[in-house]
Amino acid sequence: MVVRIKIIWFFICISIPSLGIEQVLAEDFVRLREEMVQEIGHDLRETVAQTHVSDLSEQVKKALLAVPRHEFVPERLKDKAYENRPLPIGYGQTISQPFIVALMTELLKLKPNDKVLEIGTGSGYQAAVLAEIVDQVYTIEIIPELGEHAAERFERLGYANIKTRIGDGYYGWEEAAPFDAIIVTAAASHIPPPLVQQLKPGGRMIIPVGSQFMTQFLVLVEKDQRGEIVAEQIVPVKFVPLTRATEK
Amino acid sequence: MTFGQRKPGLKFLIAIGLVSGASLGYEILLMRIFSIIQWHHFAYLMISLALLGFGVSGTIITLLGDRLSRHFYRAFQLNLVLFSISSLGCFLIAQQVQFNPLEILWDKGQWINLAGIFLLLMLPFFFAANGICLAFMQYKRHINSVYAANLFGSGMGALAVILLLHWLFPLTLLGLISGLGFLAVALLQKPSILTLKGMIGLILAVLVPIFVIQSDLQLKPLEYKQLSQTMKQMGARVIAERSGPLALITVVESPKIPFRYAPGLSLMSPALPPDQLGLFFDGEGMTAITRYDGKQDSIAYLHEMPSALPYVLLDQPDVLILGAGGGASILQALWHGARQIDAVELNDDLVALMTADFADYSGRIYTHEKVSVHVEEARGFIETTQNQFDLIQMELMDSFNVSSAGLSALSETWLYTVESFQTLLQRLKPEGILAIGRWIRLPPRDGPRMLATVIEAMHRSGIDDPARRLVWIRSWNLGVLLIRNGAFSAADIASIKAFCIQRAFDLAWYPGISEKEVNRYNHLADPVFYQAAVALLGEERDRYIETNKFNITPVTDDKPWFFRFFRWRILPDVMNNIQTGGYSLLDLGYLVLVATLVLASVFSFLLILLPLVFKYRKWMQRCHESPLRVALYFSCLGFAFMFIEIAFMQRFSLYLSHPVLSAATMLTSFLVFAGIGSQWVGRGHHPYAKKRIMISVFVIVAIATLYLLVLPVIFRTSMTFPDTLRVLISILLIAPLAVFMGMPFPAGIARLENESGEKACRMVPWAWGVNGCASVIGAVLATLLATHFGISAVILIAMAFYLVALVLIPTQAGFTGGGENDRGRTV
Repeated sequence: MVVRIKIIWFFICISIPSLGIEQVLAEDFVRLREEMVQEIGHDLRETVAQTHVSDLSEQVKKALLAVPRHEFVPERLKDKAYENRPLPIGYGQTISQPFIVALMTELLKLKPNDKVLEIGTGSGYQAAVLAEIVDQVYTIEIIPELGEHAAERFERLGYANIKTRIGDGYYGWEEAAPFDAIIVTAAASHIPPPLVQQLKPGGRMIIPVGSQFMTQFLVLVEKDQRGEIVAEQIVPVKFVPLTRATEK
Repeated sequence: MTFGQRKPGLKFLIAIGLVSGASLGYEILLMRIFSIIQWHHFAYLMISLALLGFGVSGTIITLLGDRLSRHFYRAFQLNLVLFSISSLGCFLIAQQVQFNPLEILWDKGQWINLAGIFLLLMLPFFFAANGICLAFMQYKRHINSVYAANLFGSGMGALAVILLLHWLFPLTLLGLISGLGFLAVALLQKPSILTLKGMIGLILAVLVPIFVIQSDLQLKPLEYKQLSQTMKQMGARVIAERSGPLALITVVESPKIPFRYAPGLSLMSPALPPDQLGLFFDGEGMTAITRYDGKQDSIAYLHEMPSALPYVLLDQPDVLILGAGGGASILQALWHGARQIDAVELNDDLVALMTADFADYSGRIYTHEKVSVHVEEARGFIETTQNQFDLIQMELMDSFNVSSAGLSALSETWLYTVESFQTLLQRLKPEGILAIGRWIRLPPRDGPRMLATVIEAMHRSGIDDPARRLVWIRSWNLGVLLIRNGAFSAADIASIKAFCIQRAFDLAWYPGISEKEVNRYNHLADPVFYQAAVALLGEERDRYIETNKFNITPVTDDKPWFFRFFRWRILPDVMNNIQTGGYSLLDLGYLVLVATLVLASVFSFLLILLPLVFKYRKWMQRCHESPLRVALYFSCLGFAFMFIEIAFMQRFSLYLSHPVLSAATMLTSFLVFAGIGSQWVGRGHHPYAKKRIMISVFVIVAIATLYLLVLPVIFRTSMTFPDTLRVLISILLIAPLAVFMGMPFPAGIARLENESGEKACRMVPWAWGVNGCASVIGAVLATLLATHFGISAVILIAMAFYLVALVLIPTQAGFTGGGENDRGRTV
């Protein structure tokens, strides 16, 4: 009997601190998320001259605060989930830097009843952020394992408004087209013309350009009401290419 | 028994030759393998590794020499076995280290991974060097024959690897090299190889390569390389692979997620690419082989790309395509009704694929009646052809990913230099057009630099109105620059404008352009491309280039690093904007070189010099010579030797067409001839030693100066000679220089030995260590300096080092014979 009590006591002793740790970790993640959002807001204010995004809008801020980014990164990198940096997620892919996710989402100027298409699901983080803002998100991934993991994640986290597909994103998602906004997270040698066709008049398409760990610039394609296309190339870095005379 | 008493047998000399050849072959093979699994700039890391391995070995043998002498054969054989095990084992472990250069700026752990790889891969060189150094000490009195075996083996090893890469995959070759240590041990068994140990060695020598071939061992390219990513797509499979010294070519079929390679294709394009096969070079640089069924409609997309612009201005042109690759430019020329097409492609494996395996798929375009394919290096071809063309098209030579990350920062691009453009301009018929495509990077750097280089070439060619001969357009990711041999007419301009409007391409420059016409479809915050053109074509050119935070100075043959845009003045911008895209201002290739320099410096100090410092006092007690003076003399020699070796390796890469071939030829030549020089001076009588150092330094300076002046002429006149002849000419050119470069080190060592006496003062290890440190650091520093100041400047600095060494020659006269510690010949 004494032995049994000791065993029970032992398990109580070891489980109380572990429960405590879980609680602390969850709180930590909330705090880290808030800090991340603050940092993104600061970065956006710093680069307003380049991006024309002066600050985080309420809807994007709420979305970033709501999405548990740590659920979208590999277990070993959970402690780095809220650092403002891209992280490897396996299969040669990355989860984008939060600043870039926020900037792209802002640039799409989304409305709650919008329908958004994402080409390149990756971890699913960007789709989750979009799903916090709009009614319908369609996302396509070409790497089966990534697509499957993302779909499971969406289900587990309750993102019922995200529809996933594994396959070729070049021709978009014809049954659900047209879209108010499109994000192409995997830039190819050219922007697929079929995607432009699936964009509603007045719609916006955003494409980050660069290598996996370095977004060099963003291409924002806008289709006006007449169907004409204009692309804007946005370099998020605050940079003056010439040395000022005083610096010389 | 003590070192230096016995005469080596033939079998022993063969063993020395085998391990020497294996270690140099291993170095060259690692350069090739790391180009496949990582990127080209790791070649410099490999040179440092080999040098470090030999340097550390020198230190260890110096410290443990007496103890090792008692167990020479056992120690010698053990090191050979360890070389065999580590050359394969350390590489396989290093492959498991998750080093990702793309992440090096975000994750400090990547530096530890890089250091881990550095140390791991140093080990095989260390063990090989231990064997060689032990042999030198054991057979001190018969060092000439040991030394000859070392040199001959090294030379053969380098050449064998280059030749075998034509037929064998790199990993198979790695298995063969790993077996050589066991083979050498088997040979040494007495009374013959037929003893138990001998047979075990022999069996292992055969089993290791068989194991490598039969097992599942594979090269593991970084998962962020294009090929790795493609292979993760559904249904993607490799359908052909060719390995050669230039590249590993992989052809991939992806029926479920088709390749649609069409750089810069207009957003308005009504036509899309047909079926394609992905074509990868060393797992990167993706282009495509396009299925062509002979129907014009199927490839109409080629008219919707920025590269189609020159065809709007030319009727049935004679076309020269530089870098034919998968044949997209040939198809484009055929689609536009070219009369004759000359296509230059360096890689014969690729030509073989296009004319055999994929001839039907590609519509037999490589053997089309209008097409002549030349298997040559593009710069060599344009330097020697006497033909003129209506259109010369320069293909994109790198992938977008590689370009955007700045991974090509250390790749020499001999086609993008002022001298190259001068020649290209001469190859244009009147009204002919040179068309150059480049990926767009933002903030802009590739485009402005290309323009600056072209304008400089036009000025040097006596063209005083470049502004009237240039047109520059861009899509969101691709810029195309046209240079006309004559002025663009009003009708030309009208056609160009119509072409761009229909495809939503932007005009950056044409003669008579106004600011209102620019920056319309691919809108930038400022019309930076137009502004660059205005500045570079106007009075502000020099100031614009000078004040630009990127290095956009015209590229010359002396500084052929087109992609090294980094200037240190940009660092504050990077640091202030780390979270908001600041890293995209850097060139990663350059950063890896800096990282290599830091690692090489730290490890060479820790592993070569520091162990010697502990014994410094004991050794120096009765020395008359100043240790500082000795350190300066031998570090000057270390830097000078490596600076000249690396600089000529770079300079000859233009001539020999590829860094690997250049590295193999240069390493072998310097090795063999510096060794001969070392032996030659070693046989002299001591009163002449100082005089010989002085003479050798003056001869080195004279030859290097002469080469600075005449090499461009020699290269130009013999550029089209066959590979073997150019290799031979290169060896003959290096021979006299290297012979004299081999002299100052052993002569200096001998003076130290004589001055103090081995038991009284041990200055030699100190000299060895300092020289080793300088060699390791010098190998990387030379490249770094060359990218900033030019190859010639590095040669001039080397000469200065030699001249400084001249005034630092150890003061005591004397000479005791051959310089077994000559580092120049062991690496």
